Amino acid sequence: MFQYILRRLLYLIPVLLGVSFIIFILFNLVSGDPSAVLLGKNATATQIAELREQLGLNKSLWLQYLDVVKSAFTFDFGRSWATKQEITYMIKQGAYPSLCLTLPAFIISTFLSIIIALIVAYYRGTGIDLFVRFLCIAGVSVSALAYILGFQYLFAYELGWFEISGFEYGFPDFVPYVALPGIIWILLSLGPDVRFFRTVILDEIYQDYVRTARAKGLSEITVLLKHVLRNAMIPIITYIVIQIPSLILGALLLESFFGIPGLGGITLNALNSSDFPVIKAMAILTSVAYILFSLLTDILYTFADPRVRLK
Amino acid sequence: MKKQSLWKDAFYRLIQDKWAMISLIIVSLYTILAILSATGLIASDWAREVGASNLPPSSEHWLGTDLFGRDVLTKVIHGSQIAMSVGLFTSLIAIPIGVFLGAIAGYFGGWIDDLITWLYTTFSSIPNIMLLISITMILGKGLFAVYIALGATSWVTLCRLIRGEVMKHKEREYVQAAGAIGGGHMRKLFLHILPNVTHIIIINTSLQFQFAIKSEVLLSFLGIGVQGEPSWGVMIDDAKLELARGVWWQLAGATVAMFIIVLAFNLLGDALRDSLDPKLKGK
Repeated sequence: MFQYILRRLLYLIPVLLGVSFIIFILFNLVSGDPSAVLLGKNATATQIAELREQLGLNKSLWLQYLDVVKSAFTFDFGRSWATKQEITYMIKQGAYPSLCLTLPAFIISTFLSIIIALIVAYYRGTGIDLFVRFLCIAGVSVSALAYILGFQYLFAYELGWFEISGFEYGFPDFVPYVALPGIIWILLSLGPDVRFFRTVILDEIYQDYVRTARAKGLSEITVLLKHVLRNAMIPIITYIVIQIPSLILGALLLESFFGIPGLGGITLNALNSSDFPVIKAMAILTSVAYILFSLLTDILYTFADPRVRLK
Repeated sequence: MKKQSLWKDAFYRLIQDKWAMISLIIVSLYTILAILSATGLIASDWAREVGASNLPPSSEHWLGTDLFGRDVLTKVIHGSQIAMSVGLFTSLIAIPIGVFLGAIAGYFGGWIDDLITWLYTTFSSIPNIMLLISITMILGKGLFAVYIALGATSWVTLCRLIRGEVMKHKEREYVQAAGAIGGGHMRKLFLHILPNVTHIIIINTSLQFQFAIKSEVLLSFLGIGVQGEPSWGVMIDDAKLELARGVWWQLAGATVAMFIIVLAFNLLGDALRDSLDPKLKGK
């Protein structure tokens, strides 16, 4: 088992190098010289030279690539072009509001989806099943923008049930600000989540051990909750854990519409002001988080299903 | 003979599915609209002022007019051209890459497989939205960057699926038989195995289209997609400030147009999977 985990850990290295390489190609090779963006057209040659020195663009490409790799390990991303702040500091600031929104919404939507999927699996093949499946497909076909604009207009602006935008720090204070975006998040996640969980549960339901359990005289509900769900847990856990990194990124659109100063908002601002280092930092950060969490799921596998270790 | 009956079978299953047929009709209608619009036969005058600003829907202008007095329905039709073109061009980029890499990885195994697995693991490690944002930001705003960004991010799923399927097929007897009568690797892979995995490509294309259309709307809304012409994302972006003034038709037009086509592609994808891969029926 330790050998397996060790092998997975070693596999991190080429993937991290690969991710750094893609980001390096995009931001250091394709994007061209940033001095025109930063200094404007009237910059003197000395100014440009100084800036290139400062940004490390005088180094050989090989060393620039190493800088990208290094930042993936040290999380030292330098400063933002737009705000001149340390990017690490900006990320620390933004993580809290983002998580206030995404974490509760994520937990609620996951539990809700599993419950709905179980109900649908119980009624599989009936009208209820068909109806929920259609609702899920219809739900994911509506643009997220329509949900946000419509809900914000109706529930916050017209009816005044929620705050239209803004954020406050501290536990009970942030709730009215994140409630509506949280509800939209949940609605947006239900469609794909229920569909996926339903498929996973139905994959198990036709297995031999389920037939055995039924033959023993167990009720359909016991079979579903005790036998099917437990075995369906592996793909469900993977699906859940792999989404956690995206919680850090926050909800790009929701944050911008509801004025929540989280990481999604920071990313969008960076996008609008062509703030390359911030986008680059967010790309590296979310990739590293993704890689670490997929490692975590692989390790969780070995506990959930010992057969995995042999592969 | 056998191959024919498989496709025939699938075809009969498909035309019996009324949702699949409705979806197919919708997709065809959008395609026709997009082609007519692209060739300039309709909706080429979307920029023309046809009436007063922000007129509500009427018999003359079915979806009203926008802030500049332009006909919203014409803009929606022009938007369908952009949406379908994004689906088409990203598929044209993603499918050859995904199929080729997936096929040779699954067939040859060994270091080729290791290399390609590493490549798609790497690509899928960068969250999709960050990769999309990075690529469009660096290539410069516009439709071209959207094609490239979406193409570069969406070959991964197809590659993984094809790789798995080719792996299953390569040890089958018909492939061995092809080898025994002197077929080389390329012949076995592209002439014998690949036709047996085409259903994955077809199903994937349907889902690829809806993903591309949704992403284009998102990117255009963020201001890094289509520039200077009305795509659905641009229209929704324009509409967001008008909603408080009661101007809902532009938002509704773009949203409904997008909803119908994305729903059709989703339903079609499901129906294609049911008919081409009957083992999975009902899942």
